[in-house]
Amino acid sequence: MQHTLKKNLCFHCGDACSGDSVSLGDKLFCCTGCKLVYEILEENNLCTYYNLNEQPGVKTSNIISNRYSYLDEISIVQKLISYKNNNQVHVTFQIPDIHCSSCIWLLENFKRVDAGVIQSKVNFIRKEVFIIFDESKTSLRKIVESLARVGYEPSLHLDSISKKEKQKTNRNRIIRIGVAGFCFGNIMMLSFPEYFSSGNLADPGLKNFFSYLTFLLALPVFFYSASEFFIKSYQALKQKSTSIDVPIAIGIAAIFIRSSYEIIAHTGPGFFDSGSGLIFFMLIGRWFQDFTFDALAFERDYKSYFPIAVNTYKNGIEKPVPVSDLKVNDKIRVRNNELIPVDATLIKGQAFIDYSFVTGESLPVRVDAGQIIYAGGRQTGSIIELLVVKEISQSHLTQLWNNDVTKSFESKFEKLVNAISRYFVLVTLLIATVAAAYWWQVDIKKAINAFTAVLVIACPCALALSAPFTYGNIMRILGKQKIFVRNYQTLENLADINTIVFDKTGTLTENNTAEISFVGAKLTDHEVQLIYALVRHSSHPLSKLLSQHFKLNDPQHLTDYTEVPGQGISGYVNQINIKAGSEIFVTGNKLANDNLTKVYIAINHVCKGYFVFINTYRSGLKHLAENLVHEKFHLSVLTGDGNAEQHNLATIFSNKVELHFNCTPEQKLNSIKSLQQQNKKVLMVGDGLNDAGALRQSNVGISITDNTNNFTPASDVIIDASQLINLHKLIAYSQRASHIIIWSFIISLLYNFIGLSFAVTGTLSPLIAAILMPISTISLVLFTLVASTVKSRLLGFK
Amino acid sequence: MSVIIILIAVSLLVAIGFLISFLWAVKTGQYDDDYTPSVRILFDNEFKDESTSANEKNIHSNNNN
Repeated sequence: MQHTLKKNLCFHCGDACSGDSVSLGDKLFCCTGCKLVYEILEENNLCTYYNLNEQPGVKTSNIISNRYSYLDEISIVQKLISYKNNNQVHVTFQIPDIHCSSCIWLLENFKRVDAGVIQSKVNFIRKEVFIIFDESKTSLRKIVESLARVGYEPSLHLDSISKKEKQKTNRNRIIRIGVAGFCFGNIMMLSFPEYFSSGNLADPGLKNFFSYLTFLLALPVFFYSASEFFIKSYQALKQKSTSIDVPIAIGIAAIFIRSSYEIIAHTGPGFFDSGSGLIFFMLIGRWFQDFTFDALAFERDYKSYFPIAVNTYKNGIEKPVPVSDLKVNDKIRVRNNELIPVDATLIKGQAFIDYSFVTGESLPVRVDAGQIIYAGGRQTGSIIELLVVKEISQSHLTQLWNNDVTKSFESKFEKLVNAISRYFVLVTLLIATVAAAYWWQVDIKKAINAFTAVLVIACPCALALSAPFTYGNIMRILGKQKIFVRNYQTLENLADINTIVFDKTGTLTENNTAEISFVGAKLTDHEVQLIYALVRHSSHPLSKLLSQHFKLNDPQHLTDYTEVPGQGISGYVNQINIKAGSEIFVTGNKLANDNLTKVYIAINHVCKGYFVFINTYRSGLKHLAENLVHEKFHLSVLTGDGNAEQHNLATIFSNKVELHFNCTPEQKLNSIKSLQQQNKKVLMVGDGLNDAGALRQSNVGISITDNTNNFTPASDVIIDASQLINLHKLIAYSQRASHIIIWSFIISLLYNFIGLSFAVTGTLSPLIAAILMPISTISLVLFTLVASTVKSRLLGFK
Repeated sequence: MSVIIILIAVSLLVAIGFLISFLWAVKTGQYDDDYTPSVRILFDNEFKDESTSANEKNIHSNNNN
């Protein structure tokens, strides 16, 4: 059974092969594109690609011959490459299609395909390939074209040419942690003899040797690894505020000064072991908290989506021009599957514009000559000519980004911790002074001892660790559920949400399916067979939806198939003419203009009627809405469409929802603003570029995607479409997280209290500190990790 | 007791050696990608140079016959 199943799958990409498949030897391919890739690989002796994984290939789209002609322009090439000398050029491409070990193998052996490539190296997690090539043997354009030919088309967008800051800071932090860990371990080892002999080491020379060695080892920890705490608390104090770094810095400084004094004055071994341990754990906490999803970009704006260059044409000559250099009244040419980068009017050709990235609407819209096409639309069909109306920075959508929203990122807990820190510093100093004053009458030495011991033990290390570990762990758990949270502040903001705003198209509705109904006389089975035979030949999205809709077996043989791009398709089955397409193509005249997506059908030149395509809602929405209403969230839906769907939406949300129709992107943004002015904390759920303004304005913006490799507008959370129905759980989880953190605050203050009771009595020995500090830290970290994991299980996250 | 001082000095030197190799590993970017190398190591080294790959081609065609 399995064997026969496999037999019908394309050897290259694993898609099911239908009647129009092609074969080569004993291998079956679903299309000529896949066969072509196989032939290229076989020619270059690269067939191991197919041995590593079954059907590893990526379906190639048709590459238009001069799509990458802009890569011949030196000014553009220079912005893409990272390094160049006489015989080497270095470049890094983002390739979203990298998905398995075969991909790595093929891309790293890419010099077999293009002899000019010297070396290529894949970073699988980031879906990047780093290529070194010889410019005398090949060119950037040739490499990109041959990558695209084997199915690994690099994503080259406007933001690829603005170079990004590499991850220097991350490496720096790992080095700091490494140094702190190294010194901490060695100091601990050198302190053990002292502890085990309870301070009475036989040989005083040996004791001094150990002490000075710990002092030397402590220097890099306190002056290099911990410098972050001193710098940040200095910055905070300069702005006349306090942060958690201030009491930490005071504690660390107290530990260092007192321990150095003890060692130099030969009065004791000091607290270097617990001090360096503290710094080590706190650095790990910060690293854990700043965890990011490498493969995802939360900052994407139109630049990560718009092309680098577009073909302009003047006096009959076509020339690629960087998009940013386009001027009003330039004429541009856009081909099938290319993006319109600026607002422009159509001069020539049949435009069928797919605005799916902009509005989430997956069905293409027909545009007539003279009408305006907004930037962000993608042409499907034949070549069109356009006249630029606005420069890129002025266009309809890019203006959304000029309205700069700065989200306040000081979160509730940071505020709480900062507030606690302020009192913490004051109370600690107060207790220290009182304790010192008390002992002053008895013994001056003991007074100083108590004063420094209070400062040492009051270092709020556990307090500083509770939020990072809780949130870091939660972000990892959610990441496994395909809910990607940008940073820990977002989780805090989520816990405060009381209003939820949904976009409709693409968010509440499915992207790749549609409800299809036929308007006209009922079709006979024979007629359905005929239509199926025709539409299965076309790759147009509407044809694909129709052939999915029929799901028939053994299609009839079609002859004389013709496709008029942007218009329709026609063909013959046993001398019966079948036509499917736009109204003007099928009936010859154009009457209706009602924004509905329709496909007209004519059999033997008699119009039978038309299919209407309506987007379907995602399943489970009703359940989600019930849960959200139950938890007393204020719900509303904003949509750019008319009010045709009012009834459906009201049924799903059982009338407990505010509906706004015909919203422009600006109106969406403004309605979020006005909700916020009523002191509401707004969560916006959207998917397209037209929601981008609203997503940025909202307290938390969630963007929905069917495939995380796809474009998502700038947002705080990216979630897989299948997880939308768990939205209420996500919010509940973030609220539970707040409880966990409050509990860990209480526990950490308890530890501080115990420590202080030793400190004020002047009995804090290095041994007690060395036991108490790691225990408090580790028990707290364990508490936060276990509690957040248990809560996630209780909510049904794995 | 002086022998323990020598021992500790030697052990610290060894440890510092490891610390330096760790720093070198971080700085040369070996921690930037912790997935791809695990896959890469499993690939057979098929294309050492042109002559060996030509041999392989012959073997391959012989097998087909």
